[in-house]
Amino acid sequence: MSALELVSVTKAYGETIAVDAITHNFASGSYSCLLGPSGCGKSSTLRMIAGHEVVTEGDILLGSANITDLPPAKRGTAMMFQNYALFPHLSVVDNVAFSQKMQGVEKKARRARAMELLELVHMEDYSERVPDQLSGGQQQRVALARALVTEPQILLLDEPLSALDPFLRTRMRAELKKLQRELGISFIHVTHSQDEALALADDIIVMNNAVIEQSGAPQQVFNAPTSEFVARFIGGHNVMKTDAGLMAVRTDRVQMARGTTGAADEALSATVRDVEFLGSVVNISLDGGPTGDLIATLPDSRFFDQPVEIGESVFLSWKAEDAHHLAA
Amino acid sequence: MAPGAASKETAVSKAPSPEKASWFLVSPLVLVLGVFLVLPILTIVTVSFWDYNEYNFFPAFILENYSYLLTSQVTLATYLKTFKFMALTWVFCAVIGFTVAYFLAFHVRSLPMQVVLFLICTVPFWTSNIIRMISWIPFLGRNGIANSTLISAGVIDEPLEWLLFSDFAVVLAFVHLYCLFMVVPIFNTMMRIDRSLIEAARDAGASGFQILTNVIIPLTKPGIMIGSIFVVTLVMGDFITVRFMSGGQSASVGRVISNEIALLQYPAAAASAVVLLITVLIMIGIMMRFVDIRKEL
Repeated sequence: MSALELVSVTKAYGETIAVDAITHNFASGSYSCLLGPSGCGKSSTLRMIAGHEVVTEGDILLGSANITDLPPAKRGTAMMFQNYALFPHLSVVDNVAFSQKMQGVEKKARRARAMELLELVHMEDYSERVPDQLSGGQQQRVALARALVTEPQILLLDEPLSALDPFLRTRMRAELKKLQRELGISFIHVTHSQDEALALADDIIVMNNAVIEQSGAPQQVFNAPTSEFVARFIGGHNVMKTDAGLMAVRTDRVQMARGTTGAADEALSATVRDVEFLGSVVNISLDGGPTGDLIATLPDSRFFDQPVEIGESVFLSWKAEDAHHLAA
Repeated sequence: MAPGAASKETAVSKAPSPEKASWFLVSPLVLVLGVFLVLPILTIVTVSFWDYNEYNFFPAFILENYSYLLTSQVTLATYLKTFKFMALTWVFCAVIGFTVAYFLAFHVRSLPMQVVLFLICTVPFWTSNIIRMISWIPFLGRNGIANSTLISAGVIDEPLEWLLFSDFAVVLAFVHLYCLFMVVPIFNTMMRIDRSLIEAARDAGASGFQILTNVIIPLTKPGIMIGSIFVVTLVMGDFITVRFMSGGQSASVGRVISNEIALLQYPAAAASAVVLLITVLIMIGIMMRFVDIRKEL
């Protein structure tokens, strides 16, 4: 197993720069998520790693090999497509055996190998069906088996969960993570959902406007966003205008009281604008005047001990170490 | 009760039952197909059992029309000739049609360019079949453009005799006339192929040729089959192209029927038509066995 390294990789479509000189090191055997809004360049980055997009400038290294200009099948990567891209005219087992058929592996041998992978994803009972007869989740398992049959060092997943319903999404998410742990290979997963990235990744790479805004472990990115974009995109943060510049504080680290509390390092008065009950927590929307709009997330028990009304004035406070300066 | 609700109720009670409504809905189509398809075919089948003499035909129930047709050596030879035209035309139309459609669908990247090129493909259809056929004559003739170009280029010394009024000319004209019927359905099927399938195949290590044989051709089969049905039925029923382009030297089933009509032998023509219809239906039946085209419709 070897690490994947992007060295100032750039993708330009004519005048438009889709990916602007990004550099990143993907540790071997890790689960990485490329996270960002649509059009941020995350898919182009993945497709360049896969070899489906020509790199305009820069290099892609896998271990000691420069794979920048190699064809997709020669890179040690395999891709799972967003809509799974299963061949509709082939049975499940033939879909999985496709790459071996291309290599000229004899039919019996390649079918046996395909069955092993179908067992890995618990789809061995469906081997003779065609993709149209499978549900979305089943199709995804087959696509996974097909990508893994080539024994890639890195599996590339392009929004693998976006076509599934929310319930199935959570389940498949757990299975992907489990599979990655068992196989010990690197997964690089493109997503626009921060929940997915936080739940899965060992390493989150937040992209925006063709560049990497921030990367690191999920806790690090979530607890200490370094830019306004990351703080807003990752969610769960208040972005506040203060005298010292933009600051971010997690919404659940904001304390709320009717009077000022002595323990607080910072305090701010605000007006309650809306109260949203979300089950285990309650979100309180607040108007913080010049500081901007804020949200305080309280556990439901705490809120219902001392409920506040819309229009009421409250004091907000937080610990100094919970506030982070943001780059503009 | 409000007046609105009352009028609504009367409207509901006036509406026919769902069963009756569906009969009403299918009746226009049934009427059109009945009058313009079923009735003429029934007439032809009926007349095929009638008797005739030099100047008249009259109701009867005889089997001579069929027994003569089915035992005649001429019929066999004519059918073989027609099958030969059909097979050659089909092969050339399929190869050219597939290539053109492949180029349009996979090599031309922008949609406006695809539309423009596709419309250019249809240009020949702006004139009638007959004119398109006749325009081959000055080109292929003994002193036509093809021969004189070849002679002045030094490729041949004497004009090629087989260019015009030959089987070659017939097949050439057929391919020219009917190729688009192959291009359109194949192009249509190809445009529906998900492009990520081709990337997935490349990801699995397939070469360009392997992608063609393992992905594109299997997925294009329904289009090829629809195009084949068009070409086969058009060639099997044709009489004018064979007459013009062979200079009257080649026979086809269509020409036999047209000759019988010219000789006022309507019952014989009707019998030939029925046999031809059955032959074509059997051929389509065989083709449908290979490929399920329902998904395309």
